[in-house]
Amino acid sequence: MDGLKERISRVVRNQPQPTVTILSSLLAVEDELSYIPKEAVEEVASLMKATINDVWAVASFYPNFRFEPPCEHQIEICWGPSCHIKGAMGLIENVLDGVGMPDEGDTEDGKLTVRYNTCLGACSQAPVMSIDHHLIGRVSPEQAKALTIDTLDSPAHLGG
Amino acid sequence: MSTSPITTTFPSIQIDAQNQWSELNTGQRAWIRVGTALCGKAAGGDSVIAAIKESLVKHDLEAQVSEVGCLGLCFAEPLVDVKLPGKPRVFYGNVTPEDVDAIIEGHVKSGEPLTEIALGYLGDDLVEGIDNLDDHPMRSMGQRIALRNAGVIDPFDINQYIANGGYAALNKVLTEMTHQEVLDEVTGSGLRGRGGAAFSTGTKWGFLAGSDAPVKYILCNCEEGDPGAFNDKGILESDPSTVVEGIIIAAYATGASNGYIFIRHGHDGPIDRARSAISQAYELGLLGDNILGTEFSFHLEVALTGDSYVSGEETALMEAIEGSRAMPRFRPPFPAQVGVFGKPTNINNVKTMAYVPEIVSKGGEWFAGIGHDRSTGTAILCLSGSLKYTGMVEVPMGLTLRQVIYDIAGGVPDDKALKFVQTGGPLGGVLGADNIDLVLDFEVFREAGAILGSGGIIAADEDVCIVDLTRALIAFCQYESCGKCFPCRMGMSHLLEVLERICSLESELGDLELMRNIGGNMQAGSLCGHGQLGFNPVSSAIKYFGDEFDSHMIDHVCSTGRCLLPKFSPKLTRR
Repeated sequence: MDGLKERISRVVRNQPQPTVTILSSLLAVEDELSYIPKEAVEEVASLMKATINDVWAVASFYPNFRFEPPCEHQIEICWGPSCHIKGAMGLIENVLDGVGMPDEGDTEDGKLTVRYNTCLGACSQAPVMSIDHHLIGRVSPEQAKALTIDTLDSPAHLGG
Repeated sequence: MSTSPITTTFPSIQIDAQNQWSELNTGQRAWIRVGTALCGKAAGGDSVIAAIKESLVKHDLEAQVSEVGCLGLCFAEPLVDVKLPGKPRVFYGNVTPEDVDAIIEGHVKSGEPLTEIALGYLGDDLVEGIDNLDDHPMRSMGQRIALRNAGVIDPFDINQYIANGGYAALNKVLTEMTHQEVLDEVTGSGLRGRGGAAFSTGTKWGFLAGSDAPVKYILCNCEEGDPGAFNDKGILESDPSTVVEGIIIAAYATGASNGYIFIRHGHDGPIDRARSAISQAYELGLLGDNILGTEFSFHLEVALTGDSYVSGEETALMEAIEGSRAMPRFRPPFPAQVGVFGKPTNINNVKTMAYVPEIVSKGGEWFAGIGHDRSTGTAILCLSGSLKYTGMVEVPMGLTLRQVIYDIAGGVPDDKALKFVQTGGPLGGVLGADNIDLVLDFEVFREAGAILGSGGIIAADEDVCIVDLTRALIAFCQYESCGKCFPCRMGMSHLLEVLERICSLESELGDLELMRNIGGNMQAGSLCGHGQLGFNPVSSAIKYFGDEFDSHMIDHVCSTGRCLLPKFSPKLTRR
């Protein structure tokens, strides 16, 4: 497999769409690596003839970007109003309980990232969570906890 | 994206598409369709498809298995339907992978619909023992214009769209109509923007048409960050080509040369289906240089944004397309003069664009004859929260919100009472249960202090605490403030702090007055609707549920107990 710099260079320089920007380049890196290493900031700045500052300004604005390598798995719990009404807080409480953390974030062993999402888009199936980007609707708090424990025990999820 | 020279004419494209469609419907094989919009996927649609394919192999059967978008009956997802050659579609709701084998063996192999478990049928011929799905409350009061193909056609196959009348409007426009005639038709339809502002689409197009710049842009907004609204994503997932055709017609009417469909990164369903519809349109010569052999050229692509609610605001959206931080711009200059990349630009919502082909085909007068007063046409509503039937419906403007909640969505389940309805996204505020006799009409909603907006309708039952929900709405607004205008950036944080205090039953004297003061500053000092309307959730909640605020603030009691439960919201905000 290519080194980090080669992978970054390949994805930012081979974007399929005609309009290439700082944001589109960062999104391409995220799709490839699931995070934005500082090498990517430098490469995007060089490609777009922008400063490192310009690129950081964009990267730090959008909270979907993270700057450390991702955990093996990612659980997102929707906390939009439809999900809130249908019990999102109970889901979050049970996921956190299952993983043993007080709030969203990464586990120390790099196994699981828990993140609150403002809207996963499947409001009619509230409450909704996602595991490694697969949506699961109408989740009960007990299911949420069981799914979290299963995820902690499962092999690494490959790719973004 | 390269453009291919046009070698075929539209009638020949149409004939090919119609032949394929008729083979699908009357050929030798069964046709099985599974809903895989976000609602279908969240309900487990992908594992149902895998089970169907496995079962077909097991029984040595050949069938066409297609992923379709959202039929609107999200509560019944995963929704599977079987169509035997020449027979109506028979639907099965809430299908699990375990149910699949019985459906394949019983219905597909033996040819007999499973009447005991079928949800309904759609088609001209009666199916003994099964209800007509058009009599279901979620469909019987509907009128499907923008959603006419949703859940019917395979969104990855442009030919299925063309076989159902697609691109005939574009062909008509290019061969029979002048730019001005298209503008007049859309203006005459009374179509108004479905993104929230309800501005006349024809008038807006006229601003762009008035510019003679060589490069002009048409943008189609599918950012749709509104929690509770999923109809833009739903349309792109179900029938992306109607949106693409609407955009091309808009480009012809306004003389635009380039366009973008703007979608949030991570929403792969709408992104993949929009990209596929665009590339297939290029292949058929419906996009690119010299469309259908005429002088007219137009180029379209998908542009992605990161997580940012404010990037749905039209000038912030242009910043995001240019690759910058999605923060609103000062106006003037208005987008029709200086828009994306400094060029004249028009921006419409997905739903608005999805109406355009039918308006051109059937005439502006036809569309203007539907609806209520100055709100012509239909409303595309997303029903979620405490409702018996959740989903996406398209109904004529002029029905009341009460009809939508009780007659269409079946009211609140489990014998609970409706407490309030939240409409038009987080900034839209709430309506008390006694105040839902509003007619679906932009002006009526506005006069009542509510927003019909993008069509999200969230119902809350008696167990929901209004103070707790208001806190959650403001937590959303605080998290999503882009930070450009300090009255919004700091005001949202301050409002959240006060609401958290009220929820903790530790409020201080004068907290309501303090919030009104902050809200006033936000309204006066913010560039875009996020700050200007950001106090709506609080002011409308106090208006309808002042007593409940009093009991939290004076008696220090939360009667539902919701405020006493643990609360979580993101700590990380924009930097």
